[in-house]
Amino acid sequence: MLYKKTLHELLGLIEKGEIKAKDVYESVLNRIKEKDGKINAYVSVFEEFEKYDEGLLKGLPIAIKDNIHIEGKKTTCSSKILSNFIAIFDATVIKHLKKAGATFIGKTNLDEFAMGSSTETSYFGTTKNPWDTTRIPGGSSGGSAAAVASGEAIAALGSDTGGSIRQPASLCGVVGFKPTYGRVSRFGLVAFASSLDQIGPITRDVRDAAILMNLICGHDENDSTSANVDVPDFTEFLDKSVKGMKIGFYDKTLEDCDEDVQKAMDETVKILKNLGCEIESVDLPNAKYAVSDYYIIAPAEASSNLARYDGVKYGFRAEEYEDLKDMYIKTRSEGFGDEVKRRIMLGTYVLSSGYYDAYYLKAQKLRGLIKQDFDRAFEKFDCIISPTTPTEAFGIGEKVNNPLQMYLSDIFTIPANLTAIPAVSIPNGLSKNGLPLGLQIMANAFREDLIFKLASAFEKEFNLWDRLPLD
Amino acid sequence: MIDKEEVRRIAKLSMLELKDEDVDKFCSQFNEILDYMKEIDELDLDKHEAVFHVIELQNVFREDKVKESIDNGRALENAPDAADGAFRVPKVIER
Repeated sequence: MLYKKTLHELLGLIEKGEIKAKDVYESVLNRIKEKDGKINAYVSVFEEFEKYDEGLLKGLPIAIKDNIHIEGKKTTCSSKILSNFIAIFDATVIKHLKKAGATFIGKTNLDEFAMGSSTETSYFGTTKNPWDTTRIPGGSSGGSAAAVASGEAIAALGSDTGGSIRQPASLCGVVGFKPTYGRVSRFGLVAFASSLDQIGPITRDVRDAAILMNLICGHDENDSTSANVDVPDFTEFLDKSVKGMKIGFYDKTLEDCDEDVQKAMDETVKILKNLGCEIESVDLPNAKYAVSDYYIIAPAEASSNLARYDGVKYGFRAEEYEDLKDMYIKTRSEGFGDEVKRRIMLGTYVLSSGYYDAYYLKAQKLRGLIKQDFDRAFEKFDCIISPTTPTEAFGIGEKVNNPLQMYLSDIFTIPANLTAIPAVSIPNGLSKNGLPLGLQIMANAFREDLIFKLASAFEKEFNLWDRLPLD
Repeated sequence: MIDKEEVRRIAKLSMLELKDEDVDKFCSQFNEILDYMKEIDELDLDKHEAVFHVIELQNVFREDKVKESIDNGRALENAPDAADGAFRVPKVIER
């Protein structure tokens, strides 16, 4: 039953000589064979235990979202257009993990090109929420979150453009961490919206998140937006007193949330007060416009980034076409799914002549205002808390034909991407249907230390480890 | 309001071809989404500067040194069609 344990528990057992990394690998692989027919967390599973290097992780297996390159393995982005693509180099995060002695168990399912909040737009089928397989696991890192929650992975990497690590972590009852933009190199992550994308860990507890963050953060000359700042040992901020910490509670849109979510936040505030935190309501007057802002900026960047898929250099190429231009058009029309087409077209529209000023330029001005709101708030507060999502996991098919409804499920997570700040989602309750709910903790740029401190203290008071669907 | 003609125009700019039923579907979805985005018009943004990167970026310099790169063979590994060390595409120039 090694698949039930956390990364740090397994590291301890290996250190004592009680188990070997290969035992863990086999345990997880067997679990995948037993469960993945129902969950569909993986796009590809690596049956061979490949060891790359010695290091801290001692050969333990990590699952990787299938938009991050591992040399020699497929990177499909859960899209038909990349369904035959084999990576020819390692992403920087993969290089770091290999050097730290990790091995990889497989590539996890996602919304096509990470566009979605439910993992229903994957070319390889929907991932199911392990707590209730009639429901979505969240997205776009739904495969990574479902794998970690169901015992099909010990820990995973995801990517977060508008909440794609935190929202599925919340809906699957695990921990999802989005680092400050620039903390983790994006080299080797297939680009969706370059000014928002960030890689981060999905784990069963806060300590595992800190362990993986220690390994994947750092400056990289292959990514011109990579931040040249020191990486502290994030595990040093765990298990500390949070007495006197100043917390801003973003409660302005709480009345639009499910009653269960509101109750969980009430309990959360009580717990934090008991721990000695000082909590006040925080006003972020422009944050309520974040969804609109995001759905102008992200598709604009996506329309540019996805222009490279034309059937020439890599990926799928349509079989029948008349000339070069027709080949581009047929390849793209057959290769992309509806949500990707929708966002490419939205992006093209907001950038097109006559609409640029009305949408894109305004959106970038608004982005500055939202950032100012947060800057002001962080003069007063160490951390800002909110729910991660306004509802519990919704049913498969419920919102897939209503893009706007789907977009609104990211209302709490998007501001952190627009403002580049770090944020975590950790479990903070169960709905009356017995489904996990999440607490989001945000801090100022490069202040992951404060998030780890608060998340670690809260997790001691509330966690879902013993209730994860691991049986 | 975006009409079906506009959806077809955007599709063309995006190098996409849409079926008639998709044009109808996208048309109504775009209008719903763009209508929601109109909430931004409540704000007076004229006096504010556009912020394209919220974390200040610095120009990155490095020495002009030759380094190892992906060789021709590797670059072509994923090509749907390649010949003579090049990507092969339909003929562009007419005789």
